[in-house]
Amino acid sequence: MQVMTDLFASIFGDSMSPTALLITGGLTMALIMSLVMALCAIVFTWLERKVAGFLQSRYGPMRVGGFHGVLQPVADMVKILGKEDIIPQDADKALFMLSPFVIFVGSLMAWAAIPFAPGFIASDLDLGLFYIFAVSSAAPAGILMAGWASNNKWALYGAARGAAQMVSYEIPLALAVIPVVMVTGSLNMNAIVEAQGGGIWNWFIFHNPFLFIGFFLYFIASIAEVNRGPFDMPETESELVAGYHTEYTGMRFAFFFLAEYANLFLVSCIATAVFLGGWQPVAGPVFAPGLVFVIKACLLVLLQMLVRWTLPRLRVDQLMHTCWKVMVPLALLCVLGSGIWMMVSGELL
Amino acid sequence: MSETKVTRGWADQDKPRTMHSELLEINMGPQHPATHGVLRLLVKTDGEIVHSVTPYLGYLHRCAEKIAEGCDWRQWMVYTDRFDYLAPMNMNFGYAVAVENMLGVEVPERAEHIRVICAELQRIASHLIAVGTFGLDMGAWTPLLYCFREREEILNIFERLSGGRMLYNYFDVGGVRFDAYDGFEADVLRMVNVMEQKLVEYNTLLSYNKIFIERTADVGVIDVDTCHQYGCTGPVLRGAGTPFDCRKDDPYSIYDRFEFDVPYGTGEQGTVGDCWDRYMVRVRECFESCRIIRQAVAAMPGGDVMSPDLKKLVKVPAGSLYTRTESSKGEIGFHIFADGGSKPFRNKVRSPSYSNLHVIEKVGPGMMVSDLVATVGSLDIVLGEIDR
Repeated sequence: MQVMTDLFASIFGDSMSPTALLITGGLTMALIMSLVMALCAIVFTWLERKVAGFLQSRYGPMRVGGFHGVLQPVADMVKILGKEDIIPQDADKALFMLSPFVIFVGSLMAWAAIPFAPGFIASDLDLGLFYIFAVSSAAPAGILMAGWASNNKWALYGAARGAAQMVSYEIPLALAVIPVVMVTGSLNMNAIVEAQGGGIWNWFIFHNPFLFIGFFLYFIASIAEVNRGPFDMPETESELVAGYHTEYTGMRFAFFFLAEYANLFLVSCIATAVFLGGWQPVAGPVFAPGLVFVIKACLLVLLQMLVRWTLPRLRVDQLMHTCWKVMVPLALLCVLGSGIWMMVSGELL
Repeated sequence: MSETKVTRGWADQDKPRTMHSELLEINMGPQHPATHGVLRLLVKTDGEIVHSVTPYLGYLHRCAEKIAEGCDWRQWMVYTDRFDYLAPMNMNFGYAVAVENMLGVEVPERAEHIRVICAELQRIASHLIAVGTFGLDMGAWTPLLYCFREREEILNIFERLSGGRMLYNYFDVGGVRFDAYDGFEADVLRMVNVMEQKLVEYNTLLSYNKIFIERTADVGVIDVDTCHQYGCTGPVLRGAGTPFDCRKDDPYSIYDRFEFDVPYGTGEQGTVGDCWDRYMVRVRECFESCRIIRQAVAAMPGGDVMSPDLKKLVKVPAGSLYTRTESSKGEIGFHIFADGGSKPFRNKVRSPSYSNLHVIEKVGPGMMVSDLVATVGSLDIVLGEIDR
C-alpha cells in the first residue's frame, strides 16, 4: 500500500490529505488484488485445461483466440455471465446468495498480506502470516452455508466433508510454517522474505532438514486446503455430483470457481514467500522481484495441477487419517526438531 | 449408529419432538456420474455409511426381446448390438452361436478366426472402458483418457472391417458379413503389440498406485458363495477366486484350439474378491486376449466367410436351446425357443450385468458412500444390457 500512497502523493502533491491518500491508496491496492484474483482464474483455468490435455495426450482448448485457445476463459466467462441465475425453491435464499461471497471475500482478504515485491504489499502487517491463516478460515463457513442453504443432499454431503477437511488441514498447514516463524522471529511477511536473501541455499526450505520436511507438509496440506485432487473431497464429481456447489449456476457458480483458482495461487504464493525465498532470486542481486515471485508461485501451481491430473482421490476417512495421524504429528515433530536444531546450531544464542 | 437406534428414531415421529436421528435417503441416479448410465440406486445412508442400497432398473428398456418375435432370425442381430453397446461383437457372437447351434450349421474356418479376433479385440476395448471408468470413479482422470486413446485404435480396425464404430452388426448367422480387408492381420498385430506395452503403463500409473490400492483393496468384497447366490459371472466371479470362463470350461466356436490362461483373484493386495481383484482380472484378461489374438492371426486360413448352405431367410427347426458364451462382462446366454418358422417364438437373454449388479444389495450395506461408488464401478455394468 505504501507504494500506492507514495504514488498518489507524488501525483497530487499536497492537495490530498493523508487520510484521503490512505483511503485512495488502499482502495487502489484492493482493486489491484481483485484484478490479480480474476486474472488467476482466467490464466489458471486455461493452464489447467492445457496441463490436463498435455498429460492426457490431447490438446485442450485450441479454437478461441487463435493461439492455443488463449481466449477460452474469456469466452467461458461471457457464457457464464449469460446463464440464468437459479435459486432452488426450497433453498434458504439469504444464505444461498451470501455464501459465494463469504468464500470469495475470505480469499480476497488473504491477498492483503502477500509480498509480491519489496514494498509492494497491500498491507504490511506485523502479524501477516497469522492474518492470512485467520481470514482464510472463513472458507469452511462459506462452504457449509452453501451446502446447507442449497437444500440438496449431495450439496450437504459435500459441505460436511469440505468443512471437516478444511478445518482439519488448517492445523498441519499452520504448524508447517511455525518453524519458519521460529527461525525468522517474525510473522511479518516482508521480514520473512527478506531473511531469505542471498541465493537459493538461504531459502527456508534448505535452512534445516525439518524445514525441508515442513515445506512438503505445507504443500500437501495446501492441496487439501484448496480442495483439489487427490483431496477434492467436497466436490468428488464421481460421488457427490458437484458437492457443495451442485445447485449453483451462473455468476454465483463463477464466484466459487474464482475463489478456487485464487486460493490455488494464494497457497502457492504463501509457500513461495515462506519457504522458497519470495522475490529473492536463485542467485545474484535482486532482479525483477515481482516477476521472480510470480514465476515461483506459478511453478508451484503447475506442480499442483500435475499432481491433480495424475493421482486418484483418497476416501474421506483416509483423508482424515492422513491429516490427524500422519501430518499433524509430523508437523509437530518438525516444530520440535527445528527448535532443537536452532539450539544446537547456536542460532538461538 | 446402530439399527435399533434408527428404528426408535422413526417410531418416535408421532410423539412430541425429541432428539432423534434419521437415515438420509438419497437417489444415486438416474442422472449421476457414478452409475455408468441410467441406473438409479436408492441409497439410505447414515452419514457416510451406507445403510441399504436398492437398484431400480428400466430406464433403458427397449423391449428388445419382444421385438425379436417380429423379426426374422437374422434381423434380430442388430438388436443384440444394442445390449452391451461397449461390447457389441461379443453380443453378436453369442446370438450367432446360439442360432447356429439350433441350425447345426458349420461356420467356415476363416469366419471363425475373424470372429475370435473381433471378439477378443472387443473384449480388450470393453475392459479398457471398465478400467478407465473405474479409475475415474476413484478420481483418476488421466487413465480414462489413455484407455479411450487405445480403444480408438480398436474402433478404427472395426470401422474398416464393418463400417461401424460402435454398433457393428458384423457377425451373421453362419459367418460374418464381410471378409476382412487387406492388411487386417497387420493392423491387428500392431494393435496387440501397442496394447501389451500400454497395459504395463496403466499398471504403473493406476493399478499399483498406492492411493488406488488403498481405495480398492479390501473394499466391496464379494465371495464365491455370494457370486453363486446372485449368479455372478465374468470378472466378478473370477475376481472372487473361481477361474470359470465359458471359453475354457464350455468352449464354443474355436476357443478350444487356443492356449490361454484364465486370470482370477488371489487377494494379492487384500482380500480375495475385493475391488482390486476384480479390476486386476480385467487388466490381466487383456493380456490373455492379446495371446489369443496372436494365435488366431497366425492360424488364419483363407476361404469363405459365410456358410454357403444357408438361405437368406433362415428357418430354425422347432425346439429350444440355451447357449452361453463369454462376453467381457460375464456369461451372456441366449435361450432360444423356435417353432420352426422364420421368426423366433421367444428369445430370452440372460445378461451378465443384470446378475452382477444385484450383488450390490448384499455387499452395499455397511460400506462408505465412496466405497459404494468403487464397488459399482468394479462390477462394470452396462445398462443397455441390463434393461435390454
